[in-house]
Amino acid sequence: MSVATGSVTPSSAPIELEKAVVRNWKPPIGLGIFALIGILLFVVFARPGATSFRFSTDGDQIQIPIWVVDAGAVYIVVTILLIAIAAVSAFLAYRARRTPIWLIAVFAALFMFGFLTWAAAGASLPVQIASLLVGAVSLSVPLVFGALGGVISERVGVVNVAIEGQLLAGAFVSALVASATGMQFLGLLAAMVAGVLVSFVLAAFSIKYFVDQVIVGVVLNVLVVGLTSFLFSTLLAPNAALLNSPPRFDRIEIPLLSQIPIIGPVFFRQTIIVYLVYIAVFVVWFALFKTRWGLRLRSVGEHPQAADTVGINVARTRFWNVSLAGAIAGLGGAYYTLGSVGAFNKEMTAGAGFIALAAVIFGRWDPIRATLAALLFGFALNLQYALSVIGSPVPSEFMLMVPYLVTIFAVAGLVGYVRGPAAAGKPYVKS
Amino acid sequence: MTDPKVTQSEPAPGSTDTQLEPGQARNEVAPPSRSQQVLRDILGGSAMISVLAVVLALLAGGILIALTDKDVQAAAGYFFSRPADTFRAIWDAVAGAYVALFQGSIYNFRADDFVRGIRPLTETLKFATPLITAGLGVALAFRVGLFNIGGRGQMLVAAGAAGYIGFAVPLPPGIHLVVAVLVGMLAGAIWGGIVGLLKARTGAHEVIVTIMLNYVAFYLISYLLTQQWALQAPGSTNPKSAAMLPTAVFPKILGEQFNLHLGFIVAIAATIWFWYFINRSSMGFRFRAVGENPNAAQVAGIKVKSVYVWAMVFSGALVGLAGVNQVLGTVTSGFTATIDASIGFDAITVALLGRSRPVGVFVAGVLFGALKAGGYSMQAAQGVPIDIVLVVQSLIVLFIAAPPLVRAIFRLPVPGTAPKSRTRKLEVAK
Amino acid sequence: MKLELRGITKRFGSLVANDHIDLTVEPGEIHCLLGENGAGKSTLMNVLYGLYQADEGEILLNDEVQHFSGPGDAMNAGIGMVHQHFMLIPVFTVAENVMLGHEQTKFGGLLNLDDARAKVREISARFGFDVDPDALVEDLPVGVQQRVEIIKALSRDASVLVFDEPTAVLTPQETDELMAIMRQLKQSGTSIVFITHKLREVREVADRITVIRLGKVVGEASPTDTNEELASLMVGRAVDLMIDKGPAKPGEVALRVEGLSVIDHRNQLVVNNVSFDVREGEVLAIAGVQGNGQTELTEAIVGLQPKVTGSISLGGRSLRGLSVRQTLDAGVGFVPEDRKIDGLVAEMTIAENLMLDRSEGEPFVKAGTLQLKFRSEFAEEKVREFDIRAQGIDTHVGRLSGGNQQKVVLARELSRELRLLVAAQPTRGLDVGSIEFVHTRIVEARDAGVPVIVVSTELDEVVALADRIAVMYRGGIVGIVPGDTPREVLGLMMAGEHPDTAGEAA
Repeated sequence: MSVATGSVTPSSAPIELEKAVVRNWKPPIGLGIFALIGILLFVVFARPGATSFRFSTDGDQIQIPIWVVDAGAVYIVVTILLIAIAAVSAFLAYRARRTPIWLIAVFAALFMFGFLTWAAAGASLPVQIASLLVGAVSLSVPLVFGALGGVISERVGVVNVAIEGQLLAGAFVSALVASATGMQFLGLLAAMVAGVLVSFVLAAFSIKYFVDQVIVGVVLNVLVVGLTSFLFSTLLAPNAALLNSPPRFDRIEIPLLSQIPIIGPVFFRQTIIVYLVYIAVFVVWFALFKTRWGLRLRSVGEHPQAADTVGINVARTRFWNVSLAGAIAGLGGAYYTLGSVGAFNKEMTAGAGFIALAAVIFGRWDPIRATLAALLFGFALNLQYALSVIGSPVPSEFMLMVPYLVTIFAVAGLVGYVRGPAAAGKPYVKS
Repeated sequence: MTDPKVTQSEPAPGSTDTQLEPGQARNEVAPPSRSQQVLRDILGGSAMISVLAVVLALLAGGILIALTDKDVQAAAGYFFSRPADTFRAIWDAVAGAYVALFQGSIYNFRADDFVRGIRPLTETLKFATPLITAGLGVALAFRVGLFNIGGRGQMLVAAGAAGYIGFAVPLPPGIHLVVAVLVGMLAGAIWGGIVGLLKARTGAHEVIVTIMLNYVAFYLISYLLTQQWALQAPGSTNPKSAAMLPTAVFPKILGEQFNLHLGFIVAIAATIWFWYFINRSSMGFRFRAVGENPNAAQVAGIKVKSVYVWAMVFSGALVGLAGVNQVLGTVTSGFTATIDASIGFDAITVALLGRSRPVGVFVAGVLFGALKAGGYSMQAAQGVPIDIVLVVQSLIVLFIAAPPLVRAIFRLPVPGTAPKSRTRKLEVAK
Repeated sequence: MKLELRGITKRFGSLVANDHIDLTVEPGEIHCLLGENGAGKSTLMNVLYGLYQADEGEILLNDEVQHFSGPGDAMNAGIGMVHQHFMLIPVFTVAENVMLGHEQTKFGGLLNLDDARAKVREISARFGFDVDPDALVEDLPVGVQQRVEIIKALSRDASVLVFDEPTAVLTPQETDELMAIMRQLKQSGTSIVFITHKLREVREVADRITVIRLGKVVGEASPTDTNEELASLMVGRAVDLMIDKGPAKPGEVALRVEGLSVIDHRNQLVVNNVSFDVREGEVLAIAGVQGNGQTELTEAIVGLQPKVTGSISLGGRSLRGLSVRQTLDAGVGFVPEDRKIDGLVAEMTIAENLMLDRSEGEPFVKAGTLQLKFRSEFAEEKVREFDIRAQGIDTHVGRLSGGNQQKVVLARELSRELRLLVAAQPTRGLDVGSIEFVHTRIVEARDAGVPVIVVSTELDEVVALADRIAVMYRGGIVGIVPGDTPREVLGLMMAGEHPDTAGEAA
């Protein structure tokens, strides 16, 4: 039959090329820098005194007593531990092993504890841990919705820079509709429709006309800012009572769960929109990785041609999923007017869409991780308010910078090799 | 505009830009005569598309104005009894707004003399100045395949640096202005260079980094504006700087009755430099090669990474020049953290509309400058919020970006030759 | 199932890719579609598979006219395709890839992965494949990936199976196995369309042969016809498969590579401890199946690979660690593997592309300014010298044919003073005329005393050009053998057999 029968058996087992030993020094360097900052703050610029932490809110049935620590003792313990962890990380890097995530998490928690102690040392008011977290969750809600929209959109292969526009459109329309009808749920629905409309433009231009997706996204943001500001000035502002006083959702306490110390007030005394977040995160994660819809969506974002050859309509899949992403982001916009702030105002989202985009990337295009990233960013934003209440020495501007700086560090590869959907940003042209 | 059906019709394979009409594909049609072909190219070509895009966007703006006009709404209330009233109200609203736009941007017929009449045009050029330089900066990055959305940040740090020299460092006349301009551009160059460096060294995507650095710059300048040792005006508690010293201010070039200042001449010079740099210099050649195909450029020995860094440095310097222009030319009485006036974002639309060509950017900058100048007079005269300018501006760019859409709306022919690029980005982007 | 194509015509603008093509494939037949690159084979198959809509003509299955508006319709009608560039999603598992597009789901839209795994195992068992359903596709070697493609098609009960240039990425041994699989499929009643331009394979496996040239069927042939007969039918004239080439007159050792290793971004040793040298005036061909480290080896020589260990020296001067710029300045000419990606800037003109690697310093640049007049004269001269067919030197390179594009690359690289020429896949995708031209130029460079490295996955090209042959397998060099080594030996070496044992086995 052939010359080589039996001489070479095919090796179907995966061929592993030899791997070279490569040491990754990024984690220890990153940790080392933060350990140095720690030394700087806790040793060089140490603020003496006592710091008190309060974990309970007034409405709690179980009151945890206020915890008072001596700042000096905390500085010593935290600094030593930070240095130790950085050293362990360096050792692991030297042995060409990875620094485990949990170690980095412990490091971050320690640093945060030390930082809070330092910032509030000698202050007359205690650090309100519970309300700090409550506020963080509240600030995170639109970020999470935006990030979920971003994850879906980018996973299906369309880069979504227009999250900001979707949030803003959602906020505007929900305020208008909820005010005019007096029904919050109608406002919620309208916000989704508004997000979808923005998505329609993004999808039509990037899928049908192959316009660069980033360009459409950037221009869309400008368009939505212009439209909402124009309509705000001409319609909403002159008729504020009628068109711009949306009824807000009330907080709903979940029985029992809301009484758990710390966790209760943070997660289970929220408005319906926050509970929607929980559902949305789970549903998006489940659907993305466990269902036919998710498999097809991801295939289109990774290798549209392969999807096409097995009979999946790439353009249609992209179009409707980008629309869905818009609906989810629109919900996030509604949170501003129906959940937290109230009346609509010009450019009220103030860049939250870009933080959501950052969360998508920082969360490596994974709905759960992106949600955690959004929570982290929300925490950083809220920390700034909390610190200014205590009267901390850190200028609020620097706290406000944190999410953006963190994202720059993230995309610069300090958190490891980030790989997004392979076909994101590339129009699919049949050839 | 956003008909979902359109996306379901799949793009034709091969050279997708020319979607063959059925008849065109099947029948042997006699080849078009030469003059017909020329006509087709003009009608379908990019200049025509640009003009039509502007017309479409103004039309859409007119609809918005009409819809939100009080008189129109009132007249529409009794539309069926006296429809003519509604149409007259619409005409009054839209025509009134656009006449105000014209009079505020080009020539004011109602003015007493020529000098006052022509003043709007000089205002247009004043507004165009930072748009042109920032637009050139964004365009330069485009030509290298980079997307500089960081205009806001680069303008802010440049304005901060130039402003500091301008109010806090007295120098002899002449030298003071030059030093302030150069320091401002340097600051913009550094802020842009950070992006290039991060992209070159770590592969960080410039879109993300520039967006994030915008906010970092905003909070940084905001902070410095609250500090007495930095930018805050002495003795003040407002987050605002002191006024520029007279020696650091761009002189007015048409006399004191006009606001047009030397910055406009600098913008013209920048445009000429851009032309030379991109088309005639060896560095510009390498920039273009990297922009069109970084892989081939690298294989041909061009240091792609250093091109990325330099491109962002130059881009940041040009955008920074717009920030300098703001503090030393337009708002010389001291600045706040919103001194950028979102010119950084407008610059993207300017660069796109100008297709990243020097003359195109210049013309686009003047057009958007006119929209701004006219927008203010429209707001004052007719009560149409200035935000309409943003709407018109973004619609223009959207229409420009999708020529097939404009052609479809006006039923224009497809130009004779099939464009070769598959991806319909505006030629320039990447 | 019987497949019939009647009068299929497909145009792209003014180009007629398929011109009234008729083709009949009987049930249980292996039908070869033979033609050069660009003859229109793949277009025809994409029409059959519903990826393109034919402008004219019809497709019949068992004498029924079919209307395919997309690949989904074609698959439902029983047509399967093994694509030249695998249509697999690298980050999905084998099972996920196989189920994609016709997923079985459980309650709530939950994917039924167990079902898909079982299917993969069942088909694997039937054909003796050893494929793990839960392996990530990107971790599998290409040979196995191709089997995943076959499983994918069979899992949809394809009764007509199209193989589009399936052997390009396989070793000769893997190719033989694929042929065996094809025969097995044929016995189970599947009709097979086998698209290729490799004559040897055609003659070995085909029942019938249809030859396509320039979008038209130019005739049927029989597997018993000789190579020369098939080749002349394919290219339209009698072709000489060998080029005229005098014996090499090797001089001093010019390039010396010792212990060279390249580490890729996944920390794999893609080139593993390779040593060889090249003399002045000789062609060293590097043979091997695609993806065995040849690309990375050439890139390491030119300075394009970031992580390189070992030594590379040209005329005593070390090249390792030099930038691409410095390497080129040291006299290295490089014809990259993929001219469209690495060789040319499509949106730039011929003249601009000709100066692409000389944008620093004279004669093209003075005082930082381009010397346009000099460039035009230079370009005019090269266009004449290399017979580049274009409207003028200001034509964008993207509008040229593949052959003319490659001539631009060659003109650029050969117009410098060379001390080493590295040509990777110099004739991939070119028509026969251009191949001859390129080969002649390479031999001329050799005869002028330049040491030459030619990387090729085509044995024909290796045999035609080489004075010595180095065969690469899994990042290493299996052996370096004389240029007249029999193909069978080379084939075994390409599968990793050492030359001595390979010689015995053959």
